[in-house]
Amino acid sequence: MKARTRWDVVCSVSDLVPDSGVAVWTEDGPVAVFYVPDRLPALFAISHTDPFSGSNVLARGITGDLKGEPVVASPLYKQHFSLRSGQCLEDESVKVTVYPVLLDGDQIRLQVPVAQAEVAA
Amino acid sequence: MSKKNLIVIGNGMVGHHFLEQFAASDAAGRFDITVFGEEKQLAYDRVHLSEYFTGSTHADLAMGTAEWYAEQGIELRLNEQVTEIDRENKVVSTPQGTYHYDELVLATGSYPFVPPIEGREHPACFVYRTLEDLDAIRASAQEGKTGVVVGGGLLGLEAANALKSLGLDAHVVEFAPRLMPVQLDDDGGAVLRHKIEELGVQVHTEKATTAIIKGEEARLRMNFSDDSHLETDLIVFSAGIRPQDTLARQCGLDIGERGGIVIDNQCATSDPHIHAIGECALWNQRIFGLVAPGYTMARTLSSALNEDKDAAFTGADMSTKLKLLGVDVGSIGDAHGQTPGARNIRYNDEQAGHYRRMVVSSDGKKLLGAILVGDNSYYDTLLQYALNGIDLPENAESLILPESQGGAPALGPDALPETASICSCHNVTKGDICGAIDAGCTDLGGVKGETKASTGCGGCAALLKNVVDSELEKRGVEVSKDICEHFPYSRQELFHLVQVNGIRSFRSLIRQHGKGHGCDICKPAVGSILATCWNDHILASDHVPLQDTNDTFMANMQKNGTYSIVPRVPGGEITPDKLIVLGQVAKEYDLYTKITGGQRVDLFGATLSQLPEIWEKLIAAGFETGHAYGKSLRTVKSCVGSTWCRYGVQDSVGMAIHLENRYKGLRAPHKIKLAVSGCTRECAEAQSKDIGVIATDKGWNLYVCGNGGMRPRHADLFATDLSDEELIRTIDRVLMFYVRTADRLQRTSVWMENLEGGLDYLKQVVLEDSLGIGEELEQHMEEIVGTYQCEWKTAVEDPEKRKRFREFVNAPEKKDPVQEWTTERDQRRPVLESA
Ligand SMILES: Cc1cc2nc3c(=O)[nH]c(=O)nc-3n(C[C@H](O)[C@H](O)[C@H](O)COP(=O)(O)OP(=O)(O)OC[C@H]3O[C@@H](n4cnc5c(N)ncnc54)[C@H](O)[C@@H]3O)c2cc1C
Ligand code: HEM
Ligand code: SF4
Ligand code: SF4
Ligand code: FES
Repeated sequence: MKARTRWDVVCSVSDLVPDSGVAVWTEDGPVAVFYVPDRLPALFAISHTDPFSGSNVLARGITGDLKGEPVVASPLYKQHFSLRSGQCLEDESVKVTVYPVLLDGDQIRLQVPVAQAEVAA
Repeated sequence: MSKKNLIVIGNGMVGHHFLEQFAASDAAGRFDITVFGEEKQLAYDRVHLSEYFTGSTHADLAMGTAEWYAEQGIELRLNEQVTEIDRENKVVSTPQGTYHYDELVLATGSYPFVPPIEGREHPACFVYRTLEDLDAIRASAQEGKTGVVVGGGLLGLEAANALKSLGLDAHVVEFAPRLMPVQLDDDGGAVLRHKIEELGVQVHTEKATTAIIKGEEARLRMNFSDDSHLETDLIVFSAGIRPQDTLARQCGLDIGERGGIVIDNQCATSDPHIHAIGECALWNQRIFGLVAPGYTMARTLSSALNEDKDAAFTGADMSTKLKLLGVDVGSIGDAHGQTPGARNIRYNDEQAGHYRRMVVSSDGKKLLGAILVGDNSYYDTLLQYALNGIDLPENAESLILPESQGGAPALGPDALPETASICSCHNVTKGDICGAIDAGCTDLGGVKGETKASTGCGGCAALLKNVVDSELEKRGVEVSKDICEHFPYSRQELFHLVQVNGIRSFRSLIRQHGKGHGCDICKPAVGSILATCWNDHILASDHVPLQDTNDTFMANMQKNGTYSIVPRVPGGEITPDKLIVLGQVAKEYDLYTKITGGQRVDLFGATLSQLPEIWEKLIAAGFETGHAYGKSLRTVKSCVGSTWCRYGVQDSVGMAIHLENRYKGLRAPHKIKLAVSGCTRECAEAQSKDIGVIATDKGWNLYVCGNGGMRPRHADLFATDLSDEELIRTIDRVLMFYVRTADRLQRTSVWMENLEGGLDYLKQVVLEDSLGIGEELEQHMEEIVGTYQCEWKTAVEDPEKRKRFREFVNAPEKKDPVQEWTTERDQRRPVLESA
């Protein structure tokens, strides 16, 4: 089964901060968008929600790389999450959602799932 | 089976150490323990008794707490003297009652010997042994000008120093022809005398006091056998100690010819159910007047009561090193060369005031003893040769020659045998240290925690570090100081790179000197270094990505992603109007409000986007950021001081405000806390701070490198009676030196402990300017003070910077959906984890 998705415009280039993240609101909830100018690709998007605290804070973490893997460190409890896979480096069982992201002119677009009309619980 | 009774008489250093050991052992469960102490206070650190005159209180010196005794189920009966032991019925009596024992431990210590001189009962005559003695001396000194110490031994010189610190003209009167007759020879005594007189203490040797009578110019006159006399306002007797063996005599235990309770290798007296430890005990015809042998006895007895057949006290090393009135003195082993056939090697430089003597065995192979005056840097090496019977090198004299004259370098840690004692306070050998490292300790701090080495008198710190470093290296543990995988440098080295090369951004630093993209370790560290070096605004866009979220948003993130706000309240002084503003703002934004431990107010629960609005209001009312989020100056706590307090001798609030305004905004490797107390009562708890200032009637005493929190550390007295200007200059230097040389996240306490040479080294750098950087440090601090800006003020005025505070950049009105609130004690708080 494949969920339907859509490429939504979430912000513009001027909203981004180099080597850092910003939070955007999407239909799938809060997402953190990171801009790392020295890398290719330079844009990453992962869930803004820190799985360890349930708080929406990941965009406010420090970015960098560990053994070459681009990461952000949670500002609360300092675990690292891969910006490419969402994998938590300290705890194999924890992973955050990753969103495909692209630059369209000076707009940033995210691929987000579109809410299905009805989903049985 | 009902429990047996164990009674300990004497709650001094050794008695307490015994209980600590015994309570943790298996046998403890089989006994009900009672301890009697004649003094009013719980056992305290007598070794550091003199610090009571320089600001320490009983609580600081205490060895344990009443709670600890209660937790261990030990009945503690202080201020209750045991007056009789009835061995037949196995009971002891006190004025309050009689108590049955099965096993009895005598830890009654010793009492000062007062020579039978006519007039010695005069109320201005004292001894130097207990806190009460010191209280009495202090009270008497307040109305006096001169003080005499009778006795020029270790303790006498320490007492003379104390009299000097109380503002008296101090004299030492010694019966023997030289100072420290027990430890030193004539030449050593002469060098010491010269140095001590230079410091303003007058020394009178070969004086036998015949009578103490009423004085003409001062309270008392001392008449000497050579018909000379000396006038003084008070006298402290320090003519040696005598073992406190009164009870043992009364109940008929074996006593030595010159006193002392005779014990065997298991610390048992002539009655197998009575044991004696510490200074009251006589082992092999010897009394041990130092604490380390007493501790060894305490451990031995604890093991013996646990039926450990191997436990035995087999004597103890009486070597000592100390600083008397700022003069190094050391004495090792057989210092007087009493071993038959012993030979001497001497080095004497009267000009510099250095004297050293080695006593070597007749075959010239072993070191038997040594005497040092003026420079104790030779002590550790000589002690290891003597204690461990290491063969001396061929040209043994090189061990005491200055390096410029062909002196040998210090004995490397490799040359020490496994059994070498590294820390005598806690009986830690090199083997124990290797064991701790093999069990997983990978740094100095770990080894200290595991073995307790170097946590007593601290005398072994440098040696311990050498051993640990060398053992780590041997095991191939590279003693790596690299900050993280991106930079092969320590924080201090990065600081130099940034400063020397004028580097102004993380990007150019990592391109030139590192690799990769950085991480949450190196980025904030470099951010802090850049801020210290160039003091740019921390929200300058280049620096944003370097900061921890708290620094970036200049507030402290809490568990639900909201922030707390702490405006600066310098010195804890706040006007009613400003207090009202805090209340109004908190009310408007429904912020949970709490008073912090740093004498200010913390407002919790602001969302990211509310921060600039709230700060606009606070700034309008005259508030500035409190840097509660930064690795920087937090608060300068103060007591109310002389303006209101009837005890205050200086305006502590005024000084606190001045200091807080001076150092606010200073970026550092870790947070920095200060406090100022208006008098010696120390209500601001300054001695638990990085920088503590305590008022004296002459100015300010400065304490450094204290810590509260997880790893408390008592601050060290650094300088006394400073004027306002001297105080600030000294603090400037200490803080700047810390900021420049400490490792990432190293508080001042750990920094100082890790400085090679520790406190003494820091004093040399700051007070004596041994590196010649004093002025540079002051100037750098002046620049930082001059470029201070309230970063919140800068931020709210700049629309670009304010953009950073949007919660969702594409939906400004959107509220963070996970912040759920509830009300508790009339305030809003986050809902804790739901199931
Ligand atoms: C100023 C000073 C500086 C010193 N400096 C050093 C130093 O640098 N290095 C070092 O190693 N040593 C030093 N010492 C010596 C060290 O303090 C002692 O070796 C150590 O305190 C001995 O411990 P203790 O438990 O045997 O005796 P104490 O600590 O004297 O304890 C004995 C306790 O028993 C109590 N007591 C006695 N009789 C009774 C009774 N009948 N009933 C109830 N209680 C009783 C006493 O009141 C006392 O509190 C110093 C001593 C002084 C005074
Ligand atoms: C996530 C980590 C921490 C946060 C968010 C935090 C926050 C705070 C805050 C906001 C204050 C009030 C101080 C002020 O007025 O500025 C405070 C005080 C204090 N903190 Fe922390 N802290 C943290 C970690 C620590 C640690 C690790 C220690 C111990 C090593 C510590 C020891 C103290 C002490 C002793 C005080 C009282 C200060 C005083 O009485 O002057 N804190 N803390
Ligand atoms: S430290 Fe001294 S001046 Fe300050 S409040 Fe306490 S008693 Fe008063
Ligand atoms: S002591 Fe612990 S719970 Fe309390 S504020 Fe500090 S870090 Fe938080
Ligand atoms: S020798 Fe005293 S702490 Fe180690």
